[in-house]
Amino acid sequence: MLVWNEEFEKMNRNELEQVQLERLQETLTRVYRRVAYYHNLFNEIGFDPLEISKKSDLQKIPFTTKDTLRDAYPYDMFAVPLREVVRMQSTAGTTGEALIVGYTKNDIDHWTELTARVLTAGEVVKDDIVQITFPYGLSTGGLGFHYGAEMIGASVIPSSEADIGKQATIMRDYRTTVIISAPTFAAQLAETLDEKGITPAELSLSKGLFGAEPWSDAFRKEIEQKLSISATDNYGLTEIIGPGVSYECNEKNGLHVSEDHFIPEIIDPDTGKTLPSGKKGELVISTITKEAFPLIRYRTGDITYLIEGDCPCGRTFVRMARVSERYDDMIILNGQNMFPSQFEQILTEVIGLTPTYQLVIDKADNLDELIIQVEVSSDFFSDEIKKLNQLEFHIIRDVKERLDFVPKVKFVEPGTIERKMKKKKVIDRRNK
Amino acid sequence: MLSIQSLKSYYESICALKSVSLHIKKGEIITMIGGNGSGKSTLLNSILGLVPRVTGTIQFENKEIVGLAPSVIVKMGISMVPEGRQLFYPMTVLDNLLLGTYSHYSMKEKKNIAQRVDWIFDIFPVLGERKRQLAGTLSGGEQQMLSIARALMSKPKLLILDEPSVGLAPKIIENIFQTLVNLKEKTDLTIFLVEQNAKLGLDICQRGYVIETGQIILSGSKDELLNNKEVLRAYLGKE
Repeated sequence: MLVWNEEFEKMNRNELEQVQLERLQETLTRVYRRVAYYHNLFNEIGFDPLEISKKSDLQKIPFTTKDTLRDAYPYDMFAVPLREVVRMQSTAGTTGEALIVGYTKNDIDHWTELTARVLTAGEVVKDDIVQITFPYGLSTGGLGFHYGAEMIGASVIPSSEADIGKQATIMRDYRTTVIISAPTFAAQLAETLDEKGITPAELSLSKGLFGAEPWSDAFRKEIEQKLSISATDNYGLTEIIGPGVSYECNEKNGLHVSEDHFIPEIIDPDTGKTLPSGKKGELVISTITKEAFPLIRYRTGDITYLIEGDCPCGRTFVRMARVSERYDDMIILNGQNMFPSQFEQILTEVIGLTPTYQLVIDKADNLDELIIQVEVSSDFFSDEIKKLNQLEFHIIRDVKERLDFVPKVKFVEPGTIERKMKKKKVIDRRNK
Repeated sequence: MLSIQSLKSYYESICALKSVSLHIKKGEIITMIGGNGSGKSTLLNSILGLVPRVTGTIQFENKEIVGLAPSVIVKMGISMVPEGRQLFYPMTVLDNLLLGTYSHYSMKEKKNIAQRVDWIFDIFPVLGERKRQLAGTLSGGEQQMLSIARALMSKPKLLILDEPSVGLAPKIIENIFQTLVNLKEKTDLTIFLVEQNAKLGLDICQRGYVIETGQIILSGSKDELLNNKEVLRAYLGKE
């Protein structure tokens, strides 16, 4: 198993806790001195940053949310003067107004190291040819991975400007060995390769590092099969730093959180109470090395749980389960909670591949109604009404069995459902 | 080797150190930089048991040392080169060195101590040449060497230096620091250096801490600190 930074990634837990405490205390002291928001917040709640003597004291501090960051637009959360900032990135702004995140020279160096860790855990080495399909722009995916891959010494192809057809050709001709993208993009790329008549055997591809959106294990298997690769998951968000917050090793048993830079907590998203490891809830992150844009107890909105204990790879960092869903993507139907990923799982199992689908929720006679719209594709299209009826029957049966809800299923023509990078899979018409 | 968690030190009711946490691993040279009155000396005095009121934990080789007498702490293997050298000026170089073994001294040890003195004269030949001279007649640089040598007499595992560069010409400081680096490489000595002279102090370290008004505000590898614009501006006079 390859490890980029043995000293920290395999540090014994006692030493790691010491490093975390030191860095946390320094960060709290700095944000109290430099960031007006934290200064006022700490004064308001009577919190003295010097009173932190252990990690769990963090719980005395209220959460920082996306709204906090929006109110601080553009620069009010920065903890250093602008002349010390060497880079600015921004959230894509798909779920609201954009935010600006600044980086000092040290922040960029740390970020580079962090993505190098992700890549190394995904077994990327200097001989690899890495095709990065994330946009190189305001969002963090492209540049974040680019620096890490270069640091490892791999050959980097920054291919995101090219359209998907061109990317498929690049993949074959440049003999790409590693693809870095969102999982849905990889699936689309597989389709495109198929259309172009390029088989996996003609490619040199062997690894895929995917992130930027929740994806199921079934979907992983599908991508691995279609592209004939080993796929690992990685996690990050622009507000915290970008990609590089946590990453799977080849054991694929959870994502190691780079705890020498970030302190993860899991909370009950409704009550804000901290949950013990193993319990599912919303991920909250405090940065402990960031200079320009430090955040204390930032609510990510991502649902996961923490896994303690040893990993065969030797890393000592706590693991987080793969993000199953966004907190705000949860669907409540007639009082029952469910997640789009659960539907995806069922659809994948019944149909044998992950279709393009969306969930439309509406009210009918004061009861919630759910229509699962599934795009028919050449892979499972059948002229026989009987076969489609059968699929419909199986989907309804499985949903009822597992989620205790009877949905409607509607097959639609290819191309009717809008595709986006961050697919919005749920359309809720109940309150309109 | 040394790990400190949330250390607070008080003089009467004044809190001079506020939740300081740091760690030093075996064989490292760690530098702490900070201005006058930032709490540097208080921290060192607290480690050596010279500050009566402290809270928090200080562990040396996994043993808690808060509350122990300074002489016990020295015997455990921590030794300090105090600020301003604090030599006994009317005494000879040799006598000053022998005083460094005060906590260990016994008749049985006599031979070992003689060997130790010879070893010191190997490292600092100039002290050997002047062993009969009174400490007060040495130059500033030689006095600083003697102060370091005296601390080494008790065979410390961790050597703490409180602003050894004060009042010395840059060339001489460089020379002394080079001796420290050589010493670290030859023996398994661990060094904790507290300095106002950030440039020279950071140059020889692996990691460092920045202390301001009794709080650590920054830590990192040598390169990380030298990249930090605040360190450059406040301590290195650049920008």
